[in-house]
Amino acid sequence: MSAATSPATQDGRQYSVSVASRVNLLILGFGILIVAILAVFPLFGGTEWTRRLIDFFCYLALAELWNLMLGYAGLISAGQQGFIGIGAYTLWLFSDILGISPFLGVVFAAIGGAIIALPAAALVFKLKGGYLAIGTWVIAEILRLIVANIKRAGGNSGINIQATSELVQELGNAAWYSRVYWWALAGAILAIGVTYFLLRSRTGLALTAMRDNDLAAESCGVNLWRAKLYTFLIAGAGCALVGAVQAMYTLRVHPGSAFSINWTAYLIFIAVIGGIGTIEGPIIGTIIFYVLRETTSQWGTWYFIALGLLAIIVTIWSPAGIYGWVLKKTNFVMFPLQRKLRYSGKGDAPPEVGAGGDGSTG
Amino acid sequence: MEWLNAIIQGILLGGLYALFAVGLSLVFGTMRLVNLAHGDLTVLPAYIGLIIVGTGVHRFNPLYVIPIVMVIMFIFGYALQRGLLNFVVQKGEVQGVIVTFGLSIVIMNALQEAFTPNSQRLQVGSLNSASITISDQLAIGWLPIIIFILAVVVIAALQLYMGRTMMGRAFRAVSDDQEAARLMGVNTKHVWGVAMGVALLIATIGGVMYGIRTTFHPMLGADRLIFAFEAVIIGGMGSSWGTLLGGVILGVAQLLGSFAFGPAWSILCGHVVFVIILALRPQGFLAKTVTA
Repeated sequence: MSAATSPATQDGRQYSVSVASRVNLLILGFGILIVAILAVFPLFGGTEWTRRLIDFFCYLALAELWNLMLGYAGLISAGQQGFIGIGAYTLWLFSDILGISPFLGVVFAAIGGAIIALPAAALVFKLKGGYLAIGTWVIAEILRLIVANIKRAGGNSGINIQATSELVQELGNAAWYSRVYWWALAGAILAIGVTYFLLRSRTGLALTAMRDNDLAAESCGVNLWRAKLYTFLIAGAGCALVGAVQAMYTLRVHPGSAFSINWTAYLIFIAVIGGIGTIEGPIIGTIIFYVLRETTSQWGTWYFIALGLLAIIVTIWSPAGIYGWVLKKTNFVMFPLQRKLRYSGKGDAPPEVGAGGDGSTG
Repeated sequence: MEWLNAIIQGILLGGLYALFAVGLSLVFGTMRLVNLAHGDLTVLPAYIGLIIVGTGVHRFNPLYVIPIVMVIMFIFGYALQRGLLNFVVQKGEVQGVIVTFGLSIVIMNALQEAFTPNSQRLQVGSLNSASITISDQLAIGWLPIIIFILAVVVIAALQLYMGRTMMGRAFRAVSDDQEAARLMGVNTKHVWGVAMGVALLIATIGGVMYGIRTTFHPMLGADRLIFAFEAVIIGGMGSSWGTLLGGVILGVAQLLGSFAFGPAWSILCGHVVFVIILALRPQGFLAKTVTA
């Protein structure tokens, strides 16, 4: 997996820049195995657990995308629920009004998310930092209020998606939820995959440079605006896709829950607990969030108070999150992004030099 | 005549929005912290007022309770800043956003737990409905007028405080250059504490007056934060009078929208006007500082 190798220098030393190590190849094999098992899970896992995993994959995909925006492009969004809602309602539009299969509607939902994200980006990019966060929130509120005023879509009380209910009748519970499951799994893999390959690409280098020092990056010719726009569009499309999957999962759309600010609360919690600015962090964060939700969400308000307090405590005392702590102790990397300068040949090896890639937001 | 009524009510409502927005703007100006809990911190004082007013025979007039709540919220703000937020202010903007968002969730849910999600109101008797009747279709409530005058007085007082006092000068010094201010012997942590205290003191006036004017519930914080933010951006960052102008524009947009399309469209019309202004004049109308 070497990216580039220099010709041997006069004293016979040779340098190469590489990203992955042999351990990473082992992890890659292990990862493929896990994905393969997850892909066939609905065939033996039972509907109950299939449904649970659908929810899990949805949160994982959302958290990865939110983390891509904050951890790498420096965009703090408090408005991803806007895209989730748009995805859900696009699915309803395509399956119930236009009569297209909901499984295909998911694709249109993602496209719809990207289309909405474009003008939204043009607006909110005029703001910076925390004000950008509230700006995205306003966009989400605008979308919610528009949708809640459409009588055909059930207005404030939402509407059942007829086409999905009919398909459940036709296919049976098990077959329906396996299909939704595959979309959810595809969404999570897509979110992780797109994040990984985006960061490995030229845009990824630009994003990493921007995260570390935006002024220096810009003076090196990085087009900040374009790099931010790409991430915002990807996140918008991804969140809309997840919104559509959620709509298929719940068989109905409701403006209050599809556009709920609670989505942002969950995503912040997952990313912060797991570790911002890493691909691995949100995976750990989602597992913790999921376990916490399954065990304590019946406590209602106290559950939310606990989520809020945990996010505050971790941000102040351990800003790198759980994965940041693991990284410091073990140097265990699941998704290698750092480019390392390796050295072969005679003489003492100089220490490895790492640049770019993982680490906290700084 | 009804449209004139909508405009006048909108202007008066803008005073209330300015009272919510001034604190948000002050905190951002002095410490570059965007306080996402600001909306919930304007809801909290109304509930503190509710406790002090009490129930049953020995009820206090909520208007007399306001100064007590202001003192409580000033102390609370100072303690919150020194005990928690000072740790994040210097770490960076991202941490500030996350911690204050977490704080917002904690406050909102704690209020729900303590006071139920049901609507409450602070009753002041006859003043609640007293109004000046100008014509058959045009009646202006005394309470909205008082709130608007309060907003003007508060902003004027804040301007004097910032311009004429030692602490006000320290606010501006810390805002311009934190390091230089510290070298000149300014205790930045104390200054930030006072800034948060003053911000919440002003938020208290808005929050309690709102509670007297109409009903309130724990989930109002999100909308308050968004309205305050829109007023700040429309008016231009760093300008107190701009905040009042922003609040007025937002209030008029909402009530004219409600008059033209029906109550369900009111808030959406406010958002749309905000978006148009953000697109065409992102620096706002009366911006003083260039840095965002």
